[in-house]
Amino acid sequence: MNRTRIIDRTGGIFLIVVLAAGVLIPASNLLLPAGNPLHVPDYMIPLLGKYLCYALLAVAVDLVWGYCGVLSLGHGAFFALGGYAMGMYLMRQIGSRGVYGNPVLPDFMVFLNYKELPWFWEGFNIFPFAMLMVLVVPGTLAFVFGWFAFRSRVTGVYLSIITQAMTFALMLAFFRNDMGFGGNNGLTDFKDILGFPISAPSTRLTLFFLSAVALAAGYLLCRALVTSKYGKVLVAVRDAESRTRFLGYRVENYKLVAWVLSAMLAGVAGALYVPQVGIINPSEFAPAQSIEMVIWVAVGGRGTLVGAALGALIVNAGKTWFTGVLPEAWLFALGALFVLVTLFLPKGVLGLAASLSEKWKARRPSSDPTPSATPAE
Amino acid sequence: MMRLPPSVPQAKTSPSTLRTLLLSLLAVLLAGLVASIPARAQSQPDISGIIAKFGNDSYSDTSDAIAALATSGSPQAAAVVEALAAGNLLYDPASKAVFIRTPSGMVDPASGAIVGSAPATLSPVRANNRVRRALDAAAGALTLLNADPAKRLDAAAAVFKSRDAAALPTVEAAIAKETVPAVKAALAQARAAILIGKADAPEPDRRAAIQLIAARGDQDSISLLRSLPANSSPALKAAAEAGITKAEESLKFWAVVQNVWYGLSLGSVLLLAAIGLAITFGVMGVINMAHGEMVMLGAYTTFVVQELIRQKAPYLFDWSLTIALPLAFLFTALVGILIERTVIRFLYGRPLETLLATWGVSLILQQAVRSVFGPTNQEVGAPSWMSGAFQIGQLSITYNRLWIICFALIVFFTLLLVLRRTPLGLYVRAVTQNRRMAAAMGIRTGRIDALTFGLGSGIAGIAGVALSQIDNVSPNLGQGYIIDSFMVVVFGGVGNLWGTLVGAFTLGVANKLLEPFAGAVLGKILLLVFIILFIQKRPRGLFALKGRAVES
Amino acid sequence: MSMLTPSADPYAVKSQGALSLEAELGFLKEEQPAPDRMALTSALLYLDNITVSFDGFRALNALSLVIGEAEMRAIIGPNGAGKTTMMDVITGKTRPNQGVALFAGTNDLTSLDEAAIAQLGIGRKFQTPTVFDMHSVEDNILLAVKADRRPFSNMEWNPSRHERERVEELLERVRLKDSRHRRAGDLSHGQKQWLEIGMLLAQEPRLLLVDEPAAGMTDQETADTAVLLKEIAKTRSVVVVEHDMQFVRDLDVKVTVLHEGSVLAEGPLDQVSADERVIEVYLGR
Ligand SMILES: Nc1ncnc2c1ncn2[C@@H]1O[C@H](COP(=O)(O)OP(=O)(O)O)[C@@H](O)[C@H]1O
Ligand SMILES: [Mg+2]
Repeated sequence: MNRTRIIDRTGGIFLIVVLAAGVLIPASNLLLPAGNPLHVPDYMIPLLGKYLCYALLAVAVDLVWGYCGVLSLGHGAFFALGGYAMGMYLMRQIGSRGVYGNPVLPDFMVFLNYKELPWFWEGFNIFPFAMLMVLVVPGTLAFVFGWFAFRSRVTGVYLSIITQAMTFALMLAFFRNDMGFGGNNGLTDFKDILGFPISAPSTRLTLFFLSAVALAAGYLLCRALVTSKYGKVLVAVRDAESRTRFLGYRVENYKLVAWVLSAMLAGVAGALYVPQVGIINPSEFAPAQSIEMVIWVAVGGRGTLVGAALGALIVNAGKTWFTGVLPEAWLFALGALFVLVTLFLPKGVLGLAASLSEKWKARRPSSDPTPSATPAE
Repeated sequence: MMRLPPSVPQAKTSPSTLRTLLLSLLAVLLAGLVASIPARAQSQPDISGIIAKFGNDSYSDTSDAIAALATSGSPQAAAVVEALAAGNLLYDPASKAVFIRTPSGMVDPASGAIVGSAPATLSPVRANNRVRRALDAAAGALTLLNADPAKRLDAAAAVFKSRDAAALPTVEAAIAKETVPAVKAALAQARAAILIGKADAPEPDRRAAIQLIAARGDQDSISLLRSLPANSSPALKAAAEAGITKAEESLKFWAVVQNVWYGLSLGSVLLLAAIGLAITFGVMGVINMAHGEMVMLGAYTTFVVQELIRQKAPYLFDWSLTIALPLAFLFTALVGILIERTVIRFLYGRPLETLLATWGVSLILQQAVRSVFGPTNQEVGAPSWMSGAFQIGQLSITYNRLWIICFALIVFFTLLLVLRRTPLGLYVRAVTQNRRMAAAMGIRTGRIDALTFGLGSGIAGIAGVALSQIDNVSPNLGQGYIIDSFMVVVFGGVGNLWGTLVGAFTLGVANKLLEPFAGAVLGKILLLVFIILFIQKRPRGLFALKGRAVES
Repeated sequence: MSMLTPSADPYAVKSQGALSLEAELGFLKEEQPAPDRMALTSALLYLDNITVSFDGFRALNALSLVIGEAEMRAIIGPNGAGKTTMMDVITGKTRPNQGVALFAGTNDLTSLDEAAIAQLGIGRKFQTPTVFDMHSVEDNILLAVKADRRPFSNMEWNPSRHERERVEELLERVRLKDSRHRRAGDLSHGQKQWLEIGMLLAQEPRLLLVDEPAAGMTDQETADTAVLLKEIAKTRSVVVVEHDMQFVRDLDVKVTVLHEGSVLAEGPLDQVSADERVIEVYLGR
C-alpha cells in the first residue's frame, strides 16, 4: 500500500508561497524605498493580512463542507466570536485612554450607564486567557450545536438552514445594547496589543506575518487530518453516511470533531482579523457573510483546502477591485460568480487548472488559450 | 393620496347652478341665525364680572375666570376661551380693560360687540400650565353643547380625561339634553370620572360612578379608580378595589387577545411569504434562496402599477392592487421560469449547489432593482378600502391587516385546490414523486418543472403585492423574509402545505405572545432557538411526509 | 438527507422500543432463571414476536426467527413481505414497535444504534451495492477492517501491518487485487457487489446479512457468489435474502419463507416449495 503523503505537490507549493509572502511582503515594505515597484505600500499590509484571515476561514469551511459534507451557512458566527474575544482583550487594553477615561469600563459601557464590568468581561485583560477564549468560545458553541444536530441526524439543507438560523439569532443578540458587547457599533477604537500600538507599521507587519503563519499552520493541521484514516472516514461519511454507520463508525462523533476544529480555526481567523481591520461588530454575524464564505471555497475548489484559500484570495481581491472601480457592479459580479461556479466550475479554479494541465500534457496543443494565474500546477 | 375633494368638480358647474348654490347656502346660514336667536334671548347671563378678572393678569385669577366662564352658559364664553388659548385675549395694564383681538378689530368680550377705540398699550393675558389645563377643561365643557355630535363626543372624552369638577354642571346639563346614545354614554362616563374624585358628591352617585368606570375595564378606568380620594368611605374604597381587580382582569384578557391578533397578522404575513417556498422547496425540493427577491419583485410591480395609475388614470387608484395582482403573478412567474430554465434545471438533485446558485441569483436581482429604482424605500399607497380601522372591545382591527389575513388564506386554499384538482397539480405530484416514471408515461417533466417553479415564484409575487401594504418597498425587502420563510416551511414539514399553514400561524402567534415578556428581539431569538431545537427532535417538521420515498 | 429511521416520528417509535427494552431487560435480569437464559443464548440471533408498523401498516407482524451459530439461512418471500424491514430491525435502522431481538444471547438489538450493532459483529450488505465511490478499492476495504472505530484512534497516516495484511488477503479473496487503486465508483456492478462482500468480511462479523446479492449479476458471477457465501458460512452465520431460486438451490440450506411480515414456512427448499400455501403466495398459481 502507498504511504500517505501529508504534503503533496500542490500543498507544498502553497505552503512555500504563503510563508514566502509572510516574510517577503514585510521585508519589501521595510527594506525597499517607497518608489520601488516591488515596495508594498503601508496601506496594503492590513488589507493583505485581512485576505490571509479570510483564507484561513475558507480552509476551515472547506474542512467541514469539502470533506464532511456539512454545508455551514453559519461559519461567520465562529469567526465573529473569535473576533469578539480578541476585541474584548483589545478593549480592555485601552484602559483609561478612552473618551470617558474610565480605567476599567470600556467607553460604550460608560455611555450605557454600566456600573461595573459584566462578569463575562472578566479576565479578558489577560492576553493568554483571551487567546484561550478565541478557541474555547467558538469551540463550545460548535460543540453544543453539533452535539445536538449530528446526534439527531440533521443533515443536508436542513443543517444548512439551522446553521443560518444560528448565526442570525446571534446577530440579533449582538445588536442588542444590553448584551454587553457594544451593540450596533461593536468594539473599536483599539489602542494597542501586548503593548504595541495597533496601527504602527511594525505591529501591522507582525500581524501580517502571524496571519501567514496561522494560515500555513491551519492548512497543515487540516491536511494532516484529512490524509489520516480519520479523514478517509470523513469522506466516507460525506459520500455514504449510512453505509459508514453500518461499518461501525459513530458518524456523529466524526463530524463533531471536524466541526469543532473548524469552528476553532474560524475563531483564530477572526481573532487575527480584528486587530488588522480595527473593528468587530454584529454585521459579521449576518447570514449573507457566511454564505459568501462558502462561495470562496466553491470558487477555489471544494475539498482541496488549497483551493479554498485560493478562492478566498481571488474573490476578496476581486471585491476590493470592484468596489474601488465599479461599486455598482460588485453584487452583479458576486451573484454571477455564485451561479457560474456552481454551473460550470464544480471543482473550482483548482480543478479547472488540474484538468487543463492534464489536457495539455496529453495533447500538447500549440497554444494554451487560458492563462492559468494559479500557483497550483 | 390622489382622490380629489368632492367640491372640486362643482367649481366647473355653470353660473346658474352656482347662483342657486350660493342662495341656498345663504338660506342655511340665515336659518341657523334665526334658530340661535331664541337661545340668546333666553338667557344672557352677565359675564362682565368674570371677564374683569382677566385684567388682573394673575394666573390664579385667570384660571378661576376660565372655570367660571365654562359654567356660565354665556354664548360669549367659547369665543373668550378660544381667544385666550390663541393669545388673542388682551388687557390694558392701566385700565384693566379686556379685549379680544379679531381680524375685524378689537371686540368687547362680554358683549361681543366691536369696540371703536382701544388703548395702544394692550398686552396678551398670559397663560401657564395651570391656565392651559383650565383652558382645556373649559374648551371641553363648552363643546359639550356643540351642535355636531362628533364634537360633543370629543368633548365628553376631553372632560373624561381632565375630570374637572367645575365641568360637572355642564356635563349634567348636557346629559339631560343629549339624544344620541353613544354621546350620552360617553357623557355618563365623563360624569362618573368627575364624581369619583369629588369627595363631596352624594355617596350612591359615587358608587354608581365607580361601577360604571370599572365596567370600562381599561387602563384609564384603573388609574381613575386608583385616584379615589383617600378620605372616601370604606365602602367606596372596597368598591373601587373590586373595580380595579375587575378592570385588570379584563385588561389582561384584552392584552392576550390583542397579541393573538397581532400574531395572526404576523402569521398571515409569514404564510404569504412561505407559500411559494412551500412549493419550490416543499414540493420540488429546490432550495430557492432568491424566493425573497420574488416577493420583492411583486412589491415593485405594485409600485410601478400605482405610479402608472397616478399618472394616467388616478380614478383607478382603488383598483391598483387588484390590477397589480395578476401582473405581479405573471411577471414573477416569468422570472421564475427563466431562472429555472437557465440555472436550476442543471442542478436538480444537488440541493446545496442549488442553494448557492439561487443565492447568486438573489444578489443579482437585488442589485438590478437597486440600479433601476434606487436604494431607497418606494412609496406604495393604500387604496381606501385598505385604510382605517374598527374596534371590537378594546381591540383595534386595521383593515389592511384584516385583508392580508383573508388574502393569505385565499391564496393558500386556491393553491391547495390547484394542486389537488387540476391536471397541473396531478402532473406536479407525479413528477415530484417519481420523475422517471412520469417521463415514461409521457409527461414532459421539464415543462412541469418550469411551470411548478413559475407557480411558486408567481405566488411569491402576489405575496409581494400584499406585503407592499405593510412593509417598506426597498431592494432589501426580500432578505427580511427568506430566513423566516424557510423556518416556517421546515417547521411545518417539508412537502406539506397544511404544515406550512399551521407553521406560519403558530410561529406568528408564538412570536407575538413572547414579545411582552422577552421584548421583540429576544422573542425572535428565542423562537429561532426553539426552531433549531425542534428540528433536532423532528427533522422533518411538524407534519412530516412519511414513507420510504422521503429517505435517501 | 438520510434520516435513517423510516417512521414518521422516530422518537415515538424509539421510546416504545425503550419501553419494551425496559420490560425485556427487567425480565431478563431479574426474573429469568438461569436455565432459560441459557436456552436463549444458544442462538446467535433470536427474534421473537417482532412487529413493525408504518402508520398502521404492519411490515412485520409478530415475526419470530432463530439463527444458530455458523448457520446459513436463505430467506425468500414475495416483494413487500418484509425481508428488508427485518434486516433493518436487526441492524438498528428501524426500531420495532414490539418484540425481542437478541444477539449472542445478551445484546438487546432494539436498544442499540447502527454503529454499536455493527461493532457487535453484525455486517450487512444492501440490496443495491453501496461502496465509497470516491475512495480507492483498497481504501474501501481498509475502512471496513475490524479495528478501533473511535475518531481519535484513527488519526494515523499509515495502516498498521495487521491492517495491510488483512487488506491484501481480502482483495485476493474477492478478486479485486488488480483493481486496488481504481476508484470504487468506477467498478462494474458485479465488482461492486464483490467489493461490498469483501468489506463485510473485513469487519469479521459473526452474523452476515446479505440482501439479494445476485441481483444484476451474470450467471457465472451468481454461481461464484454462492460458492463464496457457502465458504464464508463455514465460520460465521449468514442470512441471505434472495429471489433467484437457482441461487437458493445452489446454497442448499434451510429456507424461511416470509409472507406479510411473518413466517409462512420453514425447512429445506424442496419441502418448502411443496407447501400449498407457499405455492399460493410466492411461487404463483
Ligand atoms: N419507511 C417505510 N415507510 C412505510 N412503509 C414502509 C417503509 N419501509 C418499508 N415499508 C413497507 O413495508 C413493506 C415491507 O417492505 P420490505 O421489507 O422492503 O419488503 P421486501 O424487502 O420483502 O420486498 C412494504 O410494503 C413496504 O412498502
Ligand atoms: Mg427488499
